[in-house]
Amino acid sequence: MPPVIQVSGVRKTYGPTVAVDEVSFEVHLGEIFGLIGPNGAGKTTTMECIEGLRTPDRGAISVLGLDPFRQVYRLQARIGVQLQQAQLQKRIKVWEAVDLWASLYHKKAIDAERLLEGLGLTDKRDAWFMNLSGGQKQRLFIALALINDPEVVFLDELTTGLDPQARRAIWDLVRNIRKRGKTVFLTTHLMEEAERLCDRVAIIEHGRIIDIDTPAKLVDRHCPERTIVLATNDPSAEERFRTIPRVESVTSSDSRFTISGRGDDLVTSVIHCLSENHIPVTDFRTILPNLEDVFLKLTGHSIRE
Amino acid sequence: MLVGLWKLTWIEIKIFMREPLGAIGTIVVPVVVFLVLGRILGRGRAPAAPSPNSFVHVGLPVLASLLIAVSAVLSLVTIISIYREGGILKRLRATPLRPYTILTAHVLVKLLLTAATLLLMVLAGKRYYPAGVHAPLFSFTIALLISTCSTLSIGFLIASIVPTARFAQPIGAIIFYPMFGFSGLFTPVASFPPLLRAVSRLLPLTYAVSLLQGIWNGEAWSAHLGDIAALALGFVLCTAISTKVFRWE
Repeated sequence: MPPVIQVSGVRKTYGPTVAVDEVSFEVHLGEIFGLIGPNGAGKTTTMECIEGLRTPDRGAISVLGLDPFRQVYRLQARIGVQLQQAQLQKRIKVWEAVDLWASLYHKKAIDAERLLEGLGLTDKRDAWFMNLSGGQKQRLFIALALINDPEVVFLDELTTGLDPQARRAIWDLVRNIRKRGKTVFLTTHLMEEAERLCDRVAIIEHGRIIDIDTPAKLVDRHCPERTIVLATNDPSAEERFRTIPRVESVTSSDSRFTISGRGDDLVTSVIHCLSENHIPVTDFRTILPNLEDVFLKLTGHSIRE
Repeated sequence: MLVGLWKLTWIEIKIFMREPLGAIGTIVVPVVVFLVLGRILGRGRAPAAPSPNSFVHVGLPVLASLLIAVSAVLSLVTIISIYREGGILKRLRATPLRPYTILTAHVLVKLLLTAATLLLMVLAGKRYYPAGVHAPLFSFTIALLISTCSTLSIGFLIASIVPTARFAQPIGAIIFYPMFGFSGLFTPVASFPPLLRAVSRLLPLTYAVSLLQGIWNGEAWSAHLGDIAALALGFVLCTAISTKVFRWE
């Protein structure tokens, strides 16, 4: 089956600034694909080129077999779009927006009332856009992105500015979109969001894609280190920890030990060592690297900087 | 796409009516100003025998009608720049809505608003305006809508270039209101010095004034084909430039 989105060698400049350079990737049917990177890395530009809102200077893009530039109206009928920091008319009511959007698509739109209900907006249907909370606005934008029952849904920085609770609720909604067989393409600068939501991610920095894979494989590839922190008063502990295979360093302060090494079986080996030598522990914690560490490793700086 | 156009137009009308000063500012105020000014200027004159070309008889109704049109245009300029700044235009464009449909909806809202305000002004004028209202109303409405279209195209040109929403209204006002002085509304263009006359000939408002005054006085459309041609030319020119320089975000 051909990929749903195919991007190859895309470059986009604004004056002297190169926003996106030689970007290539594929998004497959039914997956949640995330483009992750810091603000200004080129995420939105890439996404808007794919949506047909911008024209790349170079390169080829195909979405559902369509050219987003030449066949933009045919494409827009089959995709759903949520834009970063978008607004609606201040005094438009929720149901009016949904009704307007539904009228724009030729094919029978999905049941608007059920859509609002699924997004928890039923009791807000007569509210003005300006009086909605941040989370409610984002849910309305999700509703507008889904109103034409699209095959691909684009979500740009969907949860930026939302509190953790609203964020989690939105994540569930996005998972539900995938459950219905849709393909989701999203951008985020929140590594936790990418890790919890995305089947595959592409890391982008300064307009270039650094690596693409599942979050787990990216972590394995770039950050294979495992760290265990434990507390024990056993004087022989440190010596015994050093004999564990694949342990690379053991440091201690007071009765706390930090054991670092590689490989998935490191944790098992440490537990085995503790039990075999009857070492009493009062605390035990594993520190596993995540996408945040991968990003730091690949770019030399934290994504928040 | 027509469904989208009607829906969007209707929604924009409703949104406009929900603005705190929207309806009052653009509909009630011009009518009240028209009546109050008419009372003040027309004091002492017998309504039955107005002097044929007095300001109260023709000038003020035309001025009031044009003010309606210009305030509609200024409100359009502001709305477009607010919509652009807030990303609303961009959001609308990321749908199967064609760009011209989005802008046409706004033009329709303003034309309807202009016609409605004019109607209200005439109805109120029939009862309270000292010089009375004896103009051919249907023709005058059409003439005003033609003038508004031409003015709206200038508005779009301004909306295309103003950097932020904050500047939209003042820049629009600075461009539009001085035009009234050169339009021949207060002093006939023929009495201007040559340079001023040349300036005046370049302004679309001059032709709007000539057309509206003529139609108000009951002159035939055929006497004003030149005015209509000039307004149409201005409309085509401004629209053509706008489509080239209009920014959606």
